[in-house]
Amino acid sequence: MALLEVDNLSIAFGGVKAVQNVSFSVDRGLVYSVIGPNGAGKTTLFNLITGVYTPSEGEIRLDGQSIAGVAPHELALKGMARTFQNLQICMNMTALENVMVGAHLQLDRNLIKAMLRFPGIARRDHALKDEARELMRFVGLESYANLGASSMPYGALKRLEIARALAAKPQILFLDEPAAGLNSKETAEIDELVRKVADSGVTVVLVEHDMKMVMNISDRILVLDYGKKLTEGTAREVRENPDVIAAYLGSNV
Amino acid sequence: MERKDRGETILSQFLQFLFSGITVGATYALAALGFTLIYSASNVINFAQGEFIMLGGMLTFVFMQSGMPMPLAILLAIAIPALVGIALEKLAIEPARDAEVVTLIIITIGASLVIRGLVQIWLGKGAHTYPAFSGSDPIEVGGATLLPQSLWVLGITALVVIALWYFFSRTLAGKAILATSCNPLAAKLVGINTQWVLLVSFALSAALGAIGGVLLTPITLTSYDVGIMLGLKGFVAVVVGGLGSGLGAVVGGLLVGIIEAMAAGYISSAYKDAIPFILILFILFFMPRGIFGAQVTERV
Amino acid sequence: MSVLKRNYPLMILAAVLLMLPLVLPNNYYYDIAIRMAINAIIVLGLNLLIGFAGQISLGHAGFVGIGAYASAILPTHFGWHPLLATAAGAAIASAIAAIVARPIFRLKGHYLAMATLGLGIITAIVIKNEATYTGGPDGMPVAALGLMGFEISGEKQWYWVLAVLLLFSFWAARNLIDSPFGRALRALHGSEVASQVMGVDIVRYKVAIFVLSAFFASLMGSVTAHYIGFVTPNIADFFHSIELMTMVVVGGMASIYGSLIGAVLLTALPQALSTFEGWETVAFGSILILCMIFMPKGLVPTLAARFGRNGQEDR
Repeated sequence: MALLEVDNLSIAFGGVKAVQNVSFSVDRGLVYSVIGPNGAGKTTLFNLITGVYTPSEGEIRLDGQSIAGVAPHELALKGMARTFQNLQICMNMTALENVMVGAHLQLDRNLIKAMLRFPGIARRDHALKDEARELMRFVGLESYANLGASSMPYGALKRLEIARALAAKPQILFLDEPAAGLNSKETAEIDELVRKVADSGVTVVLVEHDMKMVMNISDRILVLDYGKKLTEGTAREVRENPDVIAAYLGSNV
Repeated sequence: MERKDRGETILSQFLQFLFSGITVGATYALAALGFTLIYSASNVINFAQGEFIMLGGMLTFVFMQSGMPMPLAILLAIAIPALVGIALEKLAIEPARDAEVVTLIIITIGASLVIRGLVQIWLGKGAHTYPAFSGSDPIEVGGATLLPQSLWVLGITALVVIALWYFFSRTLAGKAILATSCNPLAAKLVGINTQWVLLVSFALSAALGAIGGVLLTPITLTSYDVGIMLGLKGFVAVVVGGLGSGLGAVVGGLLVGIIEAMAAGYISSAYKDAIPFILILFILFFMPRGIFGAQVTERV
Repeated sequence: MSVLKRNYPLMILAAVLLMLPLVLPNNYYYDIAIRMAINAIIVLGLNLLIGFAGQISLGHAGFVGIGAYASAILPTHFGWHPLLATAAGAAIASAIAAIVARPIFRLKGHYLAMATLGLGIITAIVIKNEATYTGGPDGMPVAALGLMGFEISGEKQWYWVLAVLLLFSFWAARNLIDSPFGRALRALHGSEVASQVMGVDIVRYKVAIFVLSAFFASLMGSVTAHYIGFVTPNIADFFHSIELMTMVVVGGMASIYGSLIGAVLLTALPQALSTFEGWETVAFGSILILCMIFMPKGLVPTLAARFGRNGQEDR
């Protein structure tokens, strides 16, 4: 059974159908990419699957369970994590604390126990700090650990989001344009990082504009155009599909 | 016969409440327009709006006391708050542009305390009033009495609303303000002086508040501390009508005034001041965007 | 961080509270110290809501009023034990906070300000109007707080009561911030959508912290009522809410030390200005404006940043 199944998913804002009858499924352990021209509905599709928007129609299943319209914080409980196209870093916290927030659901969140500082809470938090440092090393940010997030450069913040998402120990990770705004060297590093994440057993769903990166690391690719599914297949199949070429070059078919 | 009498009393009572509701509602509407104007131009909710209402009434009183003829006193009592509005924008809002919503709210609350405190020091704690514009012989309508001053309140409010409508839809200056509220950056790019737009909206909204104060004072008295309640109710009116909507502000103001008067009349006059706030809690709970507000989706 | 090092600030505060009586010349100064401590505890709670979670409350004095009047009314009219009345007040304030919080915290910014403000104003109006129970605008006397035959009375005894309460609140607030709960609270201030995606049920957290701050406000309302022995509706009014918020803002948003400093400074200010009627209001207003313009983060975080410490440690 596929890990993620999307069936006839649609959403309309006002009269505009941003995503229309999109269906696809993602098998466990794959790197699955979603591409398409600007405004094709890629981020909207992400927002639908991760619970930020509620679909007008259609079905989403994770591990066979229906998750359409489920709130984001409940999806996190089911092993879903994501990053954002426009950074969503907590600038009022340190880099390390941002990563620690990722582990939120694995911790004792009781208010009273926290106020009275039960030994278990302090101990677990202490251990978490080490785990978070380890994750920052994994994404290549070890030197930033104690810095305030607001004083980090853009490229580092992109990776911080990935570290934070990984702290949740997700089974499926959605990356929304992880290489956007990065130079080619940084892009290559992200490319490598995504591969490392996939190798560690996390299923990765990726929205990305950098075609070289997409073609390099994707097991399967979904192409969207005007909110509709254009085609789906391996990198080679997609590359050779005339519809895809037409959509990207903007010619009329 | 008896039944008809009772029917008439019920009707005249209703009319009575309606009159007082519309009168005070018109003041709320002016305050609400002031809120909306500043909010549109700068995304700031000006919690000092009520102090302009207070200034309008208090200044008219002071100038008339000092022997000025009424029209001149009123003119000054509208012009001075407008200057205070400009000063507020220049000295307190301008230096903190781009701050968080909470920060800007706190600044305007600070401004309202300063204005109120200074008036208290200058004029003391007493309640004041001045004669109505055209006598105070009540007019009888359907068994209810209507004060001539109420007609002044309604008439001038209507004129102001029409003038504002004309300003925003027919003049270049008005359109510049609308453009700025829509998209400040784009407005700047097409050559609109957004700095100037901010100043005009603060001056205009202060003047609107002051007009409300000038009109209402002969009916309700004024003192250094009436601003908070009137301003807050104006804000309730804004939220009822939906933030950022001019029509909403006017309808919201009248609605709040009428509901307040009806509830005070039929339910409990002691809780008159609480009614707009109970109303607002209900509205926020059940229709958080107000009656005329638009649905918005957040982009991430 | 070692346990000892972690608790340095707590020990310093304890030392200050222990030594203070040595320099307080008379009951007037004890009285000011007590008021400072009461405000500091309320402000600690309010800062969790405003500074750390990034929400706003313009009606917190309402909760202080509920506590104060519960302690005044229940023993006087119904013969309850003052401690039971205090607990009941805190329970009522928490319950009201919990009931209204869910719809309130779906709102943001201006709407949230409006809703909390409305809540505070309604509370104040109810207190003013229900004169049969509350004594109306004139207020009413409050029974002394006693336990097992011992009655707390006089500034010196109250001083020690509040010293203990303040130490506990300071300790608890620091613990809370430095915990998964506190981290989630700060995270939702930083980015609501990111914290949601990480599994933070943001409405639940906002509600919880609102209820907690209401609980402390009500508790301190009760303490105020018993300490002074008399309550008036002023304790619940809009201006008091603004005073409390000013303390948060001036001391420093999202700063535990800032809450203490803010409460101390702004409790002292009216004492210094009390002979100039009206100037007190002007001073409060000017401080709010200047503070927001020149140090929007508040006194403690601004100074911490200026003197090179990175502020994160100095929470």
